[in-house]
Amino acid sequence: MEQNITPSPNLRRVAIDPVTRVEGHGKITLLLDDNNHIHEARFHIVEFRGFEKFIQGRPYREVPFIVQRLCGICPVSHQLAAAKAVDQLVGVERLTPTAEKLRRLLHFGQVLQSHALHFFHLSSPDLLFGFGSDPAQRNIVGVLDKYPELALKGVKLRKYGQQIIAAISGKRIHGTATVPGGMNKPLTVTERNALLADIKDILAWTQDALALNEQIHTAHPEHAGFATLRSNFLSLVGSGGELELYHGGLRARAADGSSIFDQFDYRGYQDILREEVRPWSYMKFPYLVGLGKQQGWYRVGPLARVNNCDSITTPLAEAGRKRFREFGRGGFVHDTLAYHWARMIEALHCAESIQELLHDPDITGTDLVADPGEKRREGIGVIEAPRGTLFHHYQIDEQGLITKANLIVSTTSNNQAMNESVRSVANEYLDDHQLTEGLLNHLEVAVRAYDPCLSCATHAMGKMPLQVELFDATGALVSKLTRSATDVCE
Amino acid sequence: MVKLLLFGYGNPGRGDDGLGPELIARIARLRLDDVECQNDMQLQVEHVTDLAGCDRVLFVDADISCAEPFEISGIRPEKDGSYTSHAMSPTALLHAYSQVYGKDAPPAFLLRIRGYDFELGDPLTDKAYANLDAATQLVAKLCAAASPEIWRIKSEAPLNVT
Repeated sequence: MEQNITPSPNLRRVAIDPVTRVEGHGKITLLLDDNNHIHEARFHIVEFRGFEKFIQGRPYREVPFIVQRLCGICPVSHQLAAAKAVDQLVGVERLTPTAEKLRRLLHFGQVLQSHALHFFHLSSPDLLFGFGSDPAQRNIVGVLDKYPELALKGVKLRKYGQQIIAAISGKRIHGTATVPGGMNKPLTVTERNALLADIKDILAWTQDALALNEQIHTAHPEHAGFATLRSNFLSLVGSGGELELYHGGLRARAADGSSIFDQFDYRGYQDILREEVRPWSYMKFPYLVGLGKQQGWYRVGPLARVNNCDSITTPLAEAGRKRFREFGRGGFVHDTLAYHWARMIEALHCAESIQELLHDPDITGTDLVADPGEKRREGIGVIEAPRGTLFHHYQIDEQGLITKANLIVSTTSNNQAMNESVRSVANEYLDDHQLTEGLLNHLEVAVRAYDPCLSCATHAMGKMPLQVELFDATGALVSKLTRSATDVCE
Repeated sequence: MVKLLLFGYGNPGRGDDGLGPELIARIARLRLDDVECQNDMQLQVEHVTDLAGCDRVLFVDADISCAEPFEISGIRPEKDGSYTSHAMSPTALLHAYSQVYGKDAPPAFLLRIRGYDFELGDPLTDKAYANLDAATQLVAKLCAAASPEIWRIKSEAPLNVT
């Protein structure tokens, strides 16, 4: 997949800067040859603030709270991945039943609200109105206009996920849900009952959302080929191969479904994963060591998880997974736009799991913290965040201060795949060297399917204007298209 | 009584970006009647539900370009491009409110407190603290104002009020 990145006199460069409806500030550069074919596509990041460096010297107990500052979208995922690493630092192998269930409930709430935001708010305009429809309509306001009931469900799903987070964390932002080896506060019966009051609606709405996504994907054959790649997939799975979002072993499978590794203890992730640095992007390029840089790139997130797992433990989501697999004729579904479909299977799984947990007597227990064991100098926490597998790795000194940190976030894992999807779409839709709104949005639709969080990927806070630049073979600017924060193209 | 919602947004982990939540925390400690205090890292569409039932809303944000120590202005629903992001502007949120609930959003105001440094992990700068103190005094007065007149005066145009 690696391309020659040195521009030759016969190559032109197209830059799209940055991509909207993703979190952060991204930029797409297309390098064309004389025949207007895409020589290379680069989806890259233009801003960087090193988080791993920043956290060095801080006490390990603070880490789960500090990492929440990475991102306004998935702070809970970072907190939980870090908390799992900190559990190891204090020698806790197993949480109390209540603590583990509270963490799972917190995580399901986070994934539910994140998936709801992505579908209802960011992607549904493209899917409901079509990629080439009027940009003035193709947004959440258009959805609110034409599908108000659907939009309202999205709002309420988001709200419900946030209510779970607030109930367990104590507040909306920078809550203190986790402590080393457990949880900070119990869920009261009153809080539990308040969440139970709405769960039937939540279940119904996630079922509707899954049905809608399934219908959209199966009714539009063109979606199957759009930005589609055959790739390896990486995810956690449970001990029985089931879908697992909070804790499990690593499973990697090749595009044909064959096993690369399975039930791998994630604490040894450095034996199976490497991160390649390329000079033109702050985002690294992880790959599976056994397959090498060229063949070892992989995809993570809902598409990877639903393809990779053998089953889902909740019945409605499992039925959805089976229909998904039937669509793939028993094999993997590689359609990039099937990310949306898989995302809603997971949203339904979250809703079902939340219902189960809220009915579990342990969930209102008060035994929240496990006894610490032998302290360790190294902890590695891995979780399936909404966008995919999330690695947090810390080392501490004898005072308990962080000496080294490494994070591999989901968007980074999807880095090469996003580049490949962009190249696929650009090859199909770039007409001569004209930069059009339609081309822009097709490229963005491809990137958006992955729901990238560029703030996380670069560990930086992003900004959101959009700029496209076309350069000729000599590097001179030929044309420019800008989409500002107010969505004006000029 | 008029129910007032104070909504601060920003990331307390990024220097002066935490001005909004910090102001809300200060006001919340006053435990004022009929004043609801909320904050979040970013505005998002579900926050329309926070607006429901309120008679007046004051959004509080940090701003790197407004006048010192702060500016306050009335804002109106506006369809802008922020709905294409993981974060929304307050004007877009008001617009979404009217779309979701089929009625006008409550009268809304935006208080922008001047910030200077938004780096990861940094505390509030000394200058931002000074601006925060001034803004807190203003908001405390506004919360105590039974009459909407003071709100109208303060928000006729973007002002830097001390």
